[in-house]
Amino acid sequence: MISKLSIKNLNFGYHNRRILKDFFMNISDGQIVSIVGPNGSGKSTLIKCIDRILIPSTGDVTVDRCSTGKMGRLELAKKIAYVPQSSLRVFPNTVFDVVLMGRRPYLTWKGDRSDEEKVWEVLRLLGIEELAMNHFTELSGGQQQKVLIARALAQETGLILLDEPTSNLDVWHQIDVMEILRTLVKKQALTALIAIHDLNMAARYSDRIMMMKKGRIIANGTPQDVMTGDNLETVYGIKANVKFADDIPFVIPMTRIAARA
Amino acid sequence: MIRYFSFRSYYGSAKKTRTGRFSRVRQEHSHSVWKKSIFLTGLTALLIISAGIIVTLGQVPMTVSDVYYTLADRICPGLFETDALITHVIMNIRLPLILGAIIAGAGLGACGCVMQAVLKNPMASPFTLGISSGAHFGVSVAAVFGITILDGPYFMVANAFLCALLCSGFIISLSAFRGATSETMILAGIAVNYLFQGTNQFFSYIADDEQRDIMRIWGMGSLADINWNGIIFLGAVSLICLPIIFSRAWDLNLMTAGDESAKSMGVNAGFVRIMIMTVASLLVAAIVAFVGVIGFAGLIAPHIGRLILGNDHRHLIPASGGIGAAILLIANAISMNILGSVVLPTGIIMSMIGVPLFLFLILKGKRKEFWS
Repeated sequence: MISKLSIKNLNFGYHNRRILKDFFMNISDGQIVSIVGPNGSGKSTLIKCIDRILIPSTGDVTVDRCSTGKMGRLELAKKIAYVPQSSLRVFPNTVFDVVLMGRRPYLTWKGDRSDEEKVWEVLRLLGIEELAMNHFTELSGGQQQKVLIARALAQETGLILLDEPTSNLDVWHQIDVMEILRTLVKKQALTALIAIHDLNMAARYSDRIMMMKKGRIIANGTPQDVMTGDNLETVYGIKANVKFADDIPFVIPMTRIAARA
Repeated sequence: MIRYFSFRSYYGSAKKTRTGRFSRVRQEHSHSVWKKSIFLTGLTALLIISAGIIVTLGQVPMTVSDVYYTLADRICPGLFETDALITHVIMNIRLPLILGAIIAGAGLGACGCVMQAVLKNPMASPFTLGISSGAHFGVSVAAVFGITILDGPYFMVANAFLCALLCSGFIISLSAFRGATSETMILAGIAVNYLFQGTNQFFSYIADDEQRDIMRIWGMGSLADINWNGIIFLGAVSLICLPIIFSRAWDLNLMTAGDESAKSMGVNAGFVRIMIMTVASLLVAAIVAFVGVIGFAGLIAPHIGRLILGNDHRHLIPASGGIGAAILLIANAISMNILGSVVLPTGIIMSMIGVPLFLFLILKGKRKEFWS
């Protein structure tokens, strides 16, 4: 497998608090990789460091064997797309305009007919063409999430980072979003890196799972390898039963072990 | 690079109809694009027509044909017989006023629009960064202590301009040092505003009546003193600043989605914020130096524009400029003519007609969550 994203020796901290410590990671092309871990373990920070929304203090991140530190923002935006947890809504934008934003790395000032076509294509792909002229603020959480994914797709990158794409959604929309991601990754030579809280969603839809604690990866592998009682105990401090259905592990949390450090 | 495939089986929603015609949404979208162009054309027409009417209004008695004969004579000399007094009034009083109102209004509207975008705050206006109180400080220093940068007729203008620039420059560099987030900029702006307000109040306290009058009248904002030199200066600054702002329309669109999203789509959010604020502050400082504090146009014009056109800055910036120009032009015409021979400061009329209009728009706005 070709390596899509590789991270070496990454360090990041706010003031005195180090969030990511000598972080190493390698992601192959065409996979869904989930990052799980307790609050404050550095999942979101990692994703932001990869896209240089936060600038890491040391370390090297390479996408398609190009170092992100040496790329300009526009260049980087053609390689990596980012789906934020929630989007700012100070001023009203139509869904069409929101998705068109994703074309920014390719746009001339006037905008091209082909960019608009690309937006329609992506909206159609996600089945939200009907919403094009609605205001983003008027949509439900699930619809907003799809629009943000559409915006990332309009960026035409090989790698999409998603920061907790399912956390505010009902279970139908959670499955909907994850199914969309799985289809996209399978059929479009896409790689998705997802920070996610829901262990069962992660186990069901991921090719690989990385379990993080305090800025380090504790376990890394297939869902079957990673979702074990021992790992959950070390990382989350809980006792859990891990059952299997169709070879997919699912976690039934039982008790917490002790107060969290 | 990426192969798109059909989701048809999955979602059952391919929208192009069999005849190849576009679906309802796509028609709606192209209508909305048309609507924007039509609105901008209409706005330009409104500006030209109101300027054409306003140039005929005033205290010196003359007929409408007098006015247009004089203007035509200017373009083709010797075409019509003209009267020296009428020519003087039109060329040196009315035309500078009309042009001044249009340039100042357009500048304030456009700058208000981009400042709201980069500060991600609908309450931002051209004066958020303390430009008005900075300029007022410059005028106070000139009035009370006689400290001026330029001699001659432009001593107040120069003081106001430089102090306004210093004030916003200070805030911009302070927030650049702290990472250039919109929150630091707004807070620093408000704080520095209070500082200069306090200083101004102190100056006003120790000033004598004549000095206090100068400060007070400047604070009301009026176009009455503007002349061709002022127009040329403002025009030149606008010609530099407005194209720079306009060329960043896409970056501004993305900035309203938040810094993180903007960065991920290739916009250097911190740099764009500093750059736009610097350029816009320069233009606003120049305008304020000549016409004083006419604040409302810069806040209200972008909101009216957004209500009508939405948030695409390629259309919103010219619309905000046009709306600002129209508001200031009309407010100025009212203030010049409503009380016969007494000329009211434009700033007063602006607030008196602008605020009710603004409140009306908020109450009648189609979307309740518009400013949420």
